[in-house]
Amino acid sequence: MKEAAIVIENLTKKYEDVTAVDGLNLVVDKGELFGLLGPNGAGKTTTINILCGLLEPTSGSVMVGGHDVLREPKIIKELIGISPQETAVYPYLTGKENIELFANLHTMPKEKLKANVDELLQKLSIRDHANRKAGKYSGGMMRRINLAMALVHDPEIAFLDEPTVGMDPQSRRAVWDFIRELRRQSKAVLLTTHYMEEAEELCDRVGIIDNGKLISLGTPQGLKVQFNVKNLEEVFLQLTGRRIREEV
Amino acid sequence: MTLQRVAALARKNILALVREPEALFMLILFPVIGTMAFGLAFGTAAGGQTTYGVVGVVNEDLSGLGWSQYLVGNLSETMILGVQNYTDGGAAQSDLSQGKIQAVLLIPENFGISCDSYWDSPTNPNLWINTTVTLYLDSGSMIATQAIPNIVQQTLARAVYGIQPTAISGPVSMGSPSLVEVSKLTTFDYFAPGFFAFYAIFQIMTVAQSFIFERDKGLIRRIRTTPTSSSEFIASHTISNMIIAIIQVAIVFLVAILVGYRPLGDAASFVSAFLILSIFSLCCVGFGLIAATLAKSSGAATGIAFVFIMPQMLLGTFVSVGLSAIAKEAGRFVPGYYVTDALTSLFLRGAPVTSPSILLDILVVSMASVVVLIFGIVLYGKYEKT
Repeated sequence: MKEAAIVIENLTKKYEDVTAVDGLNLVVDKGELFGLLGPNGAGKTTTINILCGLLEPTSGSVMVGGHDVLREPKIIKELIGISPQETAVYPYLTGKENIELFANLHTMPKEKLKANVDELLQKLSIRDHANRKAGKYSGGMMRRINLAMALVHDPEIAFLDEPTVGMDPQSRRAVWDFIRELRRQSKAVLLTTHYMEEAEELCDRVGIIDNGKLISLGTPQGLKVQFNVKNLEEVFLQLTGRRIREEV
Repeated sequence: MTLQRVAALARKNILALVREPEALFMLILFPVIGTMAFGLAFGTAAGGQTTYGVVGVVNEDLSGLGWSQYLVGNLSETMILGVQNYTDGGAAQSDLSQGKIQAVLLIPENFGISCDSYWDSPTNPNLWINTTVTLYLDSGSMIATQAIPNIVQQTLARAVYGIQPTAISGPVSMGSPSLVEVSKLTTFDYFAPGFFAFYAIFQIMTVAQSFIFERDKGLIRRIRTTPTSSSEFIASHTISNMIIAIIQVAIVFLVAILVGYRPLGDAASFVSAFLILSIFSLCCVGFGLIAATLAKSSGAATGIAFVFIMPQMLLGTFVSVGLSAIAKEAGRFVPGYYVTDALTSLFLRGAPVTSPSILLDILVVSMASVVVLIFGIVLYGKYEKT
């Protein structure tokens, strides 16, 4: 039996009149690459924010790495790495300094810090630009730094919120390769995206979320067979009557 | 609290200062340019002169007969000399020794009785009660040594005897003026201690802006997803701002000295000045946190920061030198006042670090800084939870 990395039970988050997440139930196993799909405003980012302790749920329970997010947030923050949807980097620091800063925030030993930073710079093809100020980077390069900052401390569980948004195809491929490697390292990865081809390419399982509710769950192949369609985009169309990209 | 996190965040804050032109201007270039301009305009480089022609009057006449007031009135009416009244002879002597005034006239307690004795028996010296007014002069001032004794002598004779001074003798005489060594101070010397507090105050704005910047860029949220605690984050800002304050003071000192500032005091005075301004930077971080918490945007942060900056600037720095007595009293409610007061004591009066007034200033600044910082942290912490 696989060990659960993330367990979400009856999770609801309300903002005054708006229900951003509505009774969500979900389990993500260790070593699993799980895709949370849906249009903008579906509740994906709210779910991630609750999982990493930035938001408190209105009701329901959330366990990350076997720890309750409300009771043991400090332990959870040691286990997780988050690549936010909006790139959040210090523009006056170099790319390398940004990554090192977050490694230090996770109190990594000096030797391991250096090794991990060098490895990430190499894998994400940003070594040549590592000593330039991040504010001068292109959008794609900034996103790669954003990702490296989330993963430099080698977290057990990674939350990647739209990691390839706005990237050119070449950069996207490089990031996909990197994400696949995370799975090979037996990390649990929760990936949100509204690129259906990305989910099909990378994810072991996907959950389709709309208006805060999980409306379908399964492997990409399984869902395509279940709905007798060619891709996940059409699965979403059948489920909601609209195209996911129209919402973006 | 983990040192590695705090040190990494503090380093990041200091790099922001070095690499961000706006922060660099506000914290370093602005003080350098301001000090240089002010020093050149009002310091020795500009041939700055002490204020001259002011006589401090210490009226000890207890007779209530009005003679001494009449004399002081006559002195004022000369229009040549300014008159400043003192109730305390020590304060007058202190101001003379600092060059704030050029002479001290001491009217003795039996002055009125002596004048009356003359007018009761103008022709019978045996019935006169003799007395002597004493004059202290700034030995280094040509005006003080050459002109003031004559003017005071003539005014005294006119006030007491009602005639132009000739060879007439009377019971009231003026003793030989005592010459006092006065340090030559410029306007810049008076203002310089307040300069250090003035520039430090602008840290309120830069702290508020840096918090808002990090908030708007999603960096604070991102840091909150790491094990970093709020106290570590704020401690890093506090430490980096203390370091920045020390760098700023060192640079302002150097520039001030380059343009002619010659502070009194020894090495301990300088160390104390750095210490006081470092402590004061805690207060600025506290106000900056409060401004950042209240502000919704960077522009609003600047505006709110000025709500804290303006009272400190007007009431607690060199700007307060020309303010009314009431405004000066109001200054006691802003921490900057005590910083300026301590630095003035150290560098203008040459007071030792252990003098009670300086220790009291340090105590007040420390307490105020801790209170403001704690308030800022609590307010910011509440905001962070929302």
